[in-house]
Amino acid sequence: MTLSGALEVASCTDPGMVRSHNEDSIASDGDQGLVVLADGMGGYNAGEVASGMATTVIITELQHLLEKRAPYEIDAQSGQLVAHKLLHEQIAKANTSIYQAAQSQPQYAGMGTTLVVALFYDNKMTVAHIGDSRLYRLRGDEFQQVTKDHSLLQEQIDSGVITPQQARQSQNKNLVTRALGIDPTVEAEIHDYDTQPGDIYLLCSDGLCDMVSDDDIGLALHTLSSNLKLCAQHLVQTANDNGGRDNVSVILVRVLRDHPAPRSIVGKMMSWFK
Amino acid sequence: MAKLILSMDGLVLKEIALTKERTTIGRKPHNDIQIDNLAVSGEHAVIVTILQDSFLEDLGSTNGTVVNGQPIKKHFLQNNDIVELGKYKLKYVNEAPAGQAKAADFEKTMVLRPGSVKAAAPVPAAAPAAAPAATSAAAPAAAVSAKNFSDTVAGQSSTGAPVAPSKPAAVPQGALQLLSGANAGKELDLTKPLTTLGKPGVQVAVITRRPQGFFITHVEGASFPVLNGKALDAQAHSLNDHDVIELAGIKMEFFLKT
Repeated sequence: MTLSGALEVASCTDPGMVRSHNEDSIASDGDQGLVVLADGMGGYNAGEVASGMATTVIITELQHLLEKRAPYEIDAQSGQLVAHKLLHEQIAKANTSIYQAAQSQPQYAGMGTTLVVALFYDNKMTVAHIGDSRLYRLRGDEFQQVTKDHSLLQEQIDSGVITPQQARQSQNKNLVTRALGIDPTVEAEIHDYDTQPGDIYLLCSDGLCDMVSDDDIGLALHTLSSNLKLCAQHLVQTANDNGGRDNVSVILVRVLRDHPAPRSIVGKMMSWFK
Repeated sequence: MAKLILSMDGLVLKEIALTKERTTIGRKPHNDIQIDNLAVSGEHAVIVTILQDSFLEDLGSTNGTVVNGQPIKKHFLQNNDIVELGKYKLKYVNEAPAGQAKAADFEKTMVLRPGSVKAAAPVPAAAPAAAPAATSAAAPAAAVSAKNFSDTVAGQSSTGAPVAPSKPAAVPQGALQLLSGANAGKELDLTKPLTTLGKPGVQVAVITRRPQGFFITHVEGASFPVLNGKALDAQAHSLNDHDVIELAGIKMEFFLKT
């Protein structure tokens, strides 16, 4: 199944102003409706290795699997949506690969990565995430954070210890409570959302949202929506202008048109001839 | 590591490192910080420290706890806060690690695994008593700013959250004056980080305000903006004082404000 022409994707990644390495990793396939962003951690270049493994495993495996199975179908064995099943399996696979590499090679000990993946199909999007890399949505004038970080700060906000405003002042940034590759198994948070033509989705590493306020990110998406590539570059530049203390990565996805699943026989035939 | 400096009448009495998860303050001897003064209650206040963050909570003391001149029930301590208990002052010092290299290292994302940090687990248990009062007013929803920014001035709207500590202080001030068209003579202050010019769908350019100055970039449309008689390319171009921009048939002059 292909979504060719339904999505526009633009991305940008940069080491920032302070770090020498870029430990972020991004990958996308607009035709398959798949975007992946990972923010690695670990000594020397281990962070890059972890995030690179995560994006590579997930994008190549899913590209391959999505050729054979439609994400909107229900898996007969498990009763799960195929999109969920595939994401669960491939995230588990990436986790195992990173975990085993970290166990077997001393220079990779303790490496891990955050992850945010979005899969678009049938006027919907399935988002899976682990850690503090985020997905935001701009719909009309409304700019909203869609994912909720797996971080100490978010837990403190949820339990009422601090307010989101206070969280901005906290010294306990960068403490994630979940990451890929740290433990033998990991639970990704997976949710489905409806999409509408005109929506713009932003996937980003914490290097963006720690350096640029949500209001300024929303303003950039809103004003530069007609030129996604420029918008992606502008967001990275703003993070760097503000100090760029971490690697910055952004992926922007615009939904150009409705993309319902071709369910009927005729629809399927039509999609073959497209 | 954060610490408190206890003083009275400007005289430093002692320094206390906040190493414990709960540091109690009061007149009675079992407190971690004992202040033997009648204005201080037996169990006056407690400081809960979670990794790098510390929270001060008044324990229903008779004379109350004052931070930077404001009476508080619960307070998220910030570097250089002054806590007053009667005639005594406690200064909270929690400096970010000095030096770029060290700071960068310190800021690296780390995983907090269940059980690895004891201080983290008891947080919800230790705090909820006072938490609702402190949080309900300020944060109705944890969801971050679903803000309608149809035409709010973003430069101002975002100042509430000091995101970037190292934001350069001197952001240049600039404006545009229209030289032709129906609104000729009109001035437009460039107060936002981004200001778009032109007609959507026809020709749009954006002026970005950065610490280094102002830049103009082509956004959409078949024709590119013209700067001082020369057509631009897709790259950003810096704007100098009295540059003339032509866009969608309108001429305008950029100038810096001092």
